[in-house]
Amino acid sequence: MSDTAAIGVRPLADTAALHHPRGGEGSDPGRNHSDPAPLNPGPLLEAQGLVKHFPLKGGLIRSPGAVRAVDAVSFSLYPGEILGIVGESGCGKSTTARLLMNLIVPTAGTVRFDGRIAGSRELPLRAFRRQVQMVFQDSYASLNPRLTVEESIAFAPTVHGMASDEAVRRARSLLDRVGLEPARFAGRYPHELSGGQRQRVNIARALALQPRVLILDEAVSALDKSIEAQVLNLLLDLKDELGLSYIFISHDLEVVRFVATRVLVMYLGRIAEVGPTEALYTGSRHPYTTALLRSMLSMDPDRRTESAPVAGDPPNPINPPSGCRFHTRCAFAEGVCSAVDPALAPVETGHAAACHMAIASSGHSKADARAA
Amino acid sequence: MSADHTPILEIENLDVTFTGGAKPVRAVAGVSLSLCRGETIALLGESGSGKSVTLRSILRLHPERRTRMSGRIAVVGTDIMTLKGGALSAFRGKTVSMIFQEPALALDPVYTVGTQIVEALRKHDSLTKPAARKRALELFERVRIPSAERRLDAYPHEMSGGMRQRAMIALALACQPQILLADEPTTALDATVQVQILLLLRELQRELGLSVIFVTHDIGVAVEVADRVAVMYAGRIVEIGPVREVIRSPRHPYTIGLLSTRAHGGRLSGKRLPAIAGSPPDLAHLPLGCAFQPRCALAVAACGAAVPDPVPLRPGHLARCFRTDATAREEGPDASTVD
Amino acid sequence: MLMSRPVAEGPGQAPGLASGQAMSEIVRSPGYWATVWRRVLRDPVAVGAALVILAIVLIAILAPYIAPQDPYKGMTLRRLRPPGTEGFPLGTDELGRDMLSRLIFGARLSLFMGVTPVILALFLGSAIGIAAGYAGGWVNSILMRTIDVFFAFPSVLLAIALSGALGAGVLNGLISLTVVFIPPIARVAESVTTSVRSRDYVEAARASGAGPLTIVRVQVLGNVMGPIFVYGMSLVAVSMILASGLSFLGLGVKPPEPEWGLMLNTLRTAIYTQPLLCALPGVMIFVTSISFNMLTDGLRSAMDIKA
Repeated sequence: MSDTAAIGVRPLADTAALHHPRGGEGSDPGRNHSDPAPLNPGPLLEAQGLVKHFPLKGGLIRSPGAVRAVDAVSFSLYPGEILGIVGESGCGKSTTARLLMNLIVPTAGTVRFDGRIAGSRELPLRAFRRQVQMVFQDSYASLNPRLTVEESIAFAPTVHGMASDEAVRRARSLLDRVGLEPARFAGRYPHELSGGQRQRVNIARALALQPRVLILDEAVSALDKSIEAQVLNLLLDLKDELGLSYIFISHDLEVVRFVATRVLVMYLGRIAEVGPTEALYTGSRHPYTTALLRSMLSMDPDRRTESAPVAGDPPNPINPPSGCRFHTRCAFAEGVCSAVDPALAPVETGHAAACHMAIASSGHSKADARAA
Repeated sequence: MSADHTPILEIENLDVTFTGGAKPVRAVAGVSLSLCRGETIALLGESGSGKSVTLRSILRLHPERRTRMSGRIAVVGTDIMTLKGGALSAFRGKTVSMIFQEPALALDPVYTVGTQIVEALRKHDSLTKPAARKRALELFERVRIPSAERRLDAYPHEMSGGMRQRAMIALALACQPQILLADEPTTALDATVQVQILLLLRELQRELGLSVIFVTHDIGVAVEVADRVAVMYAGRIVEIGPVREVIRSPRHPYTIGLLSTRAHGGRLSGKRLPAIAGSPPDLAHLPLGCAFQPRCALAVAACGAAVPDPVPLRPGHLARCFRTDATAREEGPDASTVD
Repeated sequence: MLMSRPVAEGPGQAPGLASGQAMSEIVRSPGYWATVWRRVLRDPVAVGAALVILAIVLIAILAPYIAPQDPYKGMTLRRLRPPGTEGFPLGTDELGRDMLSRLIFGARLSLFMGVTPVILALFLGSAIGIAAGYAGGWVNSILMRTIDVFFAFPSVLLAIALSGALGAGVLNGLISLTVVFIPPIARVAESVTTSVRSRDYVEAARASGAGPLTIVRVQVLGNVMGPIFVYGMSLVAVSMILASGLSFLGLGVKPPEPEWGLMLNTLRTAIYTQPLLCALPGVMIFVTSISFNMLTDGLRSAMDIKA
């Protein structure tokens, strides 16, 4: 639905036209990651029109419908950036993460890595998996309780053909890199570690295949604040050291503001707004983004929040509202909002919002004539 | 939110040890707190700090066999540590009531929410069924549940998260308690819903003159609802004071560290967060002396020898620390003193 | 569970790993089964039950050496002597054979008929259940609904029907009991595998590009075999009783083989004259089954290691 080229921001600016090389360099296991300059300025990971509907069971007479978890979502991740994805429950961010990883098969749409479709002949799934890895939220459930820490980390490389003692060596060096002394931790089991330590193990495990992209699905949300800060610092250090790009999914807007270079806001399976972090946080153009940002709690006891920015609960993705999905809770909703679903419209360079107020010709009373 | 200064709840030297596991775990040590009428206190801390255990001790919710409790907890004058049986049940829900993090755990899934509220009302206040139902409806309207009449006959699983939380609040307020205990009630909620519930609680507290103890790990929550904040670490209160003072001029190194790990808007982008080194202590193997000492950048020899007594800093503001001389400053969370 | 001392978790605290160093210095925690073993050893009931079973197994193995008389030789003149008779400490059965010797030798067949069907069913049932649980979808439906058909029959009836169809004899009894136990084991295997399969670590393994067989072998098996094995163990008692039942009914083991269930059958007629004699084989069945059950309970709680 949206044109990713129009809204992409390329932080490592190269004004040459996009081109997608068809070479196989992305899948070389011995690749040196310390080279930060991109070899091509195009998007590293691209979601194009991803759709996922989970069919509901039951109903002999009439078809019961589906949970429309993700509905035509398209965005890009550029090399070296951290793309934050925020949203509340039911927005589809976790489903999107799993679609990107191909852990769930999309109902429609494709995922491209370095321009090649994941799962195609040019980029078989196995090779794709070496490029994109994920860290999950529940640090305990992500680790096999019957395997030691080093066995868990060494598993993926052995699957891809590495000899087991070399895999163990790599596991130990990764443990060291994430701040866990190998002598003390390699032979331990997950239940003996604290939450923060387990999450470091998960990060080491995700890095074992030397991927270029890490998807962090609420990876620090379950940790205590003091430990969360340590792990965030670690993630930033690793990104610089290894030249990684991150997709950082979180519900914590403050953390996302600190960590992300660009932010994508999702609501009920669609993208509401996307743009550079500061532009979005200080000048949001979608009413939902504004409401979400205003829901951040005050840190000043003299300036407490006086009124709730939006009423009601996030609705159910089973029967989303017609037209713009946010119109039922939106203070600015008008007739056109319940009739027509707005597309993502650019408001500034690299910043777009799916709102009729941002589309000049939408018919909304507040629609600007100034569309970027 | 003006508080009159008679304490309605007083905790003196509360000690709670769990003896169920391999080693006894001292979850709460020497906690003393007094709550005035109409006041809201936030118990702020991370996991293992003892905040939830303290709260549950007030209602004596710990399993009898595996818990050793000592100290005194006086609610409206009565020492509840001595209550048993019928008197204990009468006290729970009527004088002191509690709301939890997971409304699904507090609401019985096989009864409608209306039935549960009516049951509570009839037990504590001996109302007739129609009178109880009328009151339940009033409560639902007060907690701003839309279409209240219809929702009384809904089952918990038919309601959304925010709605369930409101229903739980209604249930807790049904018997007009004087004290409300809140155990992280908004932690599991989405941001937009959390704000609504916090504002509702603030409003109800004002209207009904409730005295509230609010347990949370989120500083923002404490700022939004509390008059006073007590920061807990490893089972002790390490700092307590009016919310403005603790947030603006924290004096305990742990509080300072905690406040500085908040990412402060965009100002720190690109740099690293000031982080407290180390990890939370194992409550079964606490170090001698101050429990925060292994992670504290200001620690000296005295810190490992004895647990600091609360040091009065300003009226109502105390901190358990030997190094409060080093932590005095005008601005609190900007400078990071621990790394 | 946290480390026993606060750990400095900050990054940059350990310098680079020197090659060759620290390979041998890794702290190794005891594995899961080692921990389970230690926990079982601390449970007096489980240890007691295990010792009883061990004793019975030893009796079965050493039967030819410890039985005082030939279990097959009997003299009708001295039939149905009560326990305590000179030369026959536990009396004689209806054909004059020494009860003690027959009970000792009976341990062999009874244990065999109790344990072997369960072991075979564990292999076959687990394979079906794990495959169904991991594959999900229509494969799961086909396999499990087929299993359900067998499950619909009460086990005793199914065993009898199968034995009846196959004929009497130890081998046929074995086969029918194995078939009886495959469905419940498959069910347990499928349900445990399904729950493990949805865990994040299996997703992570899929995300690393591993194929299903590798994932089942490395990630799933270790987590499901425990509960399946313990469930199987609880079936040993049932198997013994069913085998005894089959022999009692004339299927399964045939006379003159000593087997506790068969002995119960043949001594039936003496219940009014020598009740104690009749009870003896039953006592042996009871003691063995309850020991297996208690051991199973002990194992189950030992395996429930909460982090």
